Amino acid sequence: MTELKPDIEKRSEFDIEINGTVGKPFVDNPKMSSRNCDVFYGDKQAIFDVNLDIANNEIIAMIGPSGCGKSTYLRVLNRMNDTIPICKVTGEHTLDGEDIYGKKQDPVLLRARVGMVFQKPNPFPKSIYDNVAYGARLHGLASNRSELDDVVESSLIKAGLFKEVKDDLNKPGTGLSGGQQQRLCIARAIAVDPEVILMDEPTSALDPIATALIEELMDELKENYTIAIVTHSMQQAARVSQRTAYFHLGKLVEVNETDKVFTNPEHQLTENYITGRFG
Amino acid sequence: MELGQHISQRYNEELEDIRSKVLKMGGMVELQAENAVKSLLSHDRGLAKEVATTDSKINAMEMEIDEDCIRVIARRQPTARDLRLVIAVSKVITDLERIGDEAEKIALYSKKLAKKKTTIGMHADLTHLSELVLNILHDSLDAFARMDADQAVKILGSDKQVNVEFDNLSRLSITFMMEDPRQIKGTLRVNWCARSLERIAEHAQNICEYVIFLVKGKDVRHTSLEHIRSKYFPHDLDEETEENQAG
Repeated sequence: MTELKPDIEKRSEFDIEINGTVGKPFVDNPKMSSRNCDVFYGDKQAIFDVNLDIANNEIIAMIGPSGCGKSTYLRVLNRMNDTIPICKVTGEHTLDGEDIYGKKQDPVLLRARVGMVFQKPNPFPKSIYDNVAYGARLHGLASNRSELDDVVESSLIKAGLFKEVKDDLNKPGTGLSGGQQQRLCIARAIAVDPEVILMDEPTSALDPIATALIEELMDELKENYTIAIVTHSMQQAARVSQRTAYFHLGKLVEVNETDKVFTNPEHQLTENYITGRFG
Repeated sequence: MELGQHISQRYNEELEDIRSKVLKMGGMVELQAENAVKSLLSHDRGLAKEVATTDSKINAMEMEIDEDCIRVIARRQPTARDLRLVIAVSKVITDLERIGDEAEKIALYSKKLAKKKTTIGMHADLTHLSELVLNILHDSLDAFARMDADQAVKILGSDKQVNVEFDNLSRLSITFMMEDPRQIKGTLRVNWCARSLERIAEHAQNICEYVIFLVKGKDVRHTSLEHIRSKYFPHDLDEETEENQAG
């Protein structure tokens, strides 16, 4: 035990190159799939050549430092970026093999199939009932009032909110607590019977108990839905997801099983990020 | 492998603190083993007594480091290599503590053997075995200190040589016991010391396995050496082939 200093391999973050994505970005029979995805905001490129498959009934977590492109990529998947005029998305993107950027694709219908839950709960200034019924009405999913009642009830049950609000369905959704509002938004997303649910930091505004409820809910939802979640909390990614994708400076650095990413990541940048090192 | 460079300086310090405590414990254990062997070979009762009383310090150290590991897990939720470090440390110190126990056993037998100032004609073989085992222990602690998986894998498999030496000693002791039944008690004690030395080598090798886990992220316990080398250390084999070709 004479030598006390470990052999330190000197490494500067700027020396670490990103040459394509390491790990397993592709799966058999993907639910959604992107190839050669570039995204530009005006002249500025936000995403560089992302290739990724999202499997059926999995929860895939997207992690990375602020500005790494994870939210931008999530918004590619249901064409939310269409609403930003200077934003240009290239590459091939499919849902069940269908081109989601094709000329025949109606983005409104796409967003019913690929729902989204945002960082800040954003219920409409309407009653709890109307919040959930909104999408079902819009897409004509119910032909009469009792069918609509069923949709609202079953969505609230799936979102784990029904017991808490069943006597207050006509009260405004904005009167609920933050965690309840977020579950209301999840119920609203579920009501139109989506196939994929995109979640952009769904719990960053919630306390740990409300967060745990949403995470538990996600675990139940994955039986029927495919979920992609962007999160700043690495522990959350570790808790809920089956696969984890690490983005860095607009590039997809690594995709692997979550177990592997958090015990033995392949890429140095992934390791630096999840262990809380500089980089 | 580096421990530092966390954004949280305090976290760096906590991990560094755990690591340096393990190194300190390793140093203590190594000294215990050396002293135990010395007391055995030179019939030094005083030294043997000292070894027997020092073991409690090692036990306390084990508990202290385990507590530190638990605290880091609870407060920092370490991931990747940090997580592997904490888990590996927690296992390494168990083996270190056992090595300390074996050293204590050797010291206890030495005390009794020292009365007659004899290792019953097996002095040379014991010296041989002791040197071999102490070297393995030293190298494996060194591999841990440097977090050097290449050195660790070289130490794996050295138990073959230990087993050969141990078998020789056993055979020799059987001969002595058959020749003179009055020597049985003493001979058995020598044999038990040899057994403890063999255990120390085994624990040292476990430490090497944790070093490989720590650096490579692969669990190589209960895996054949050939498999470990071909799968995780292919460059080693390349070097060997080159050497063979050159030779």
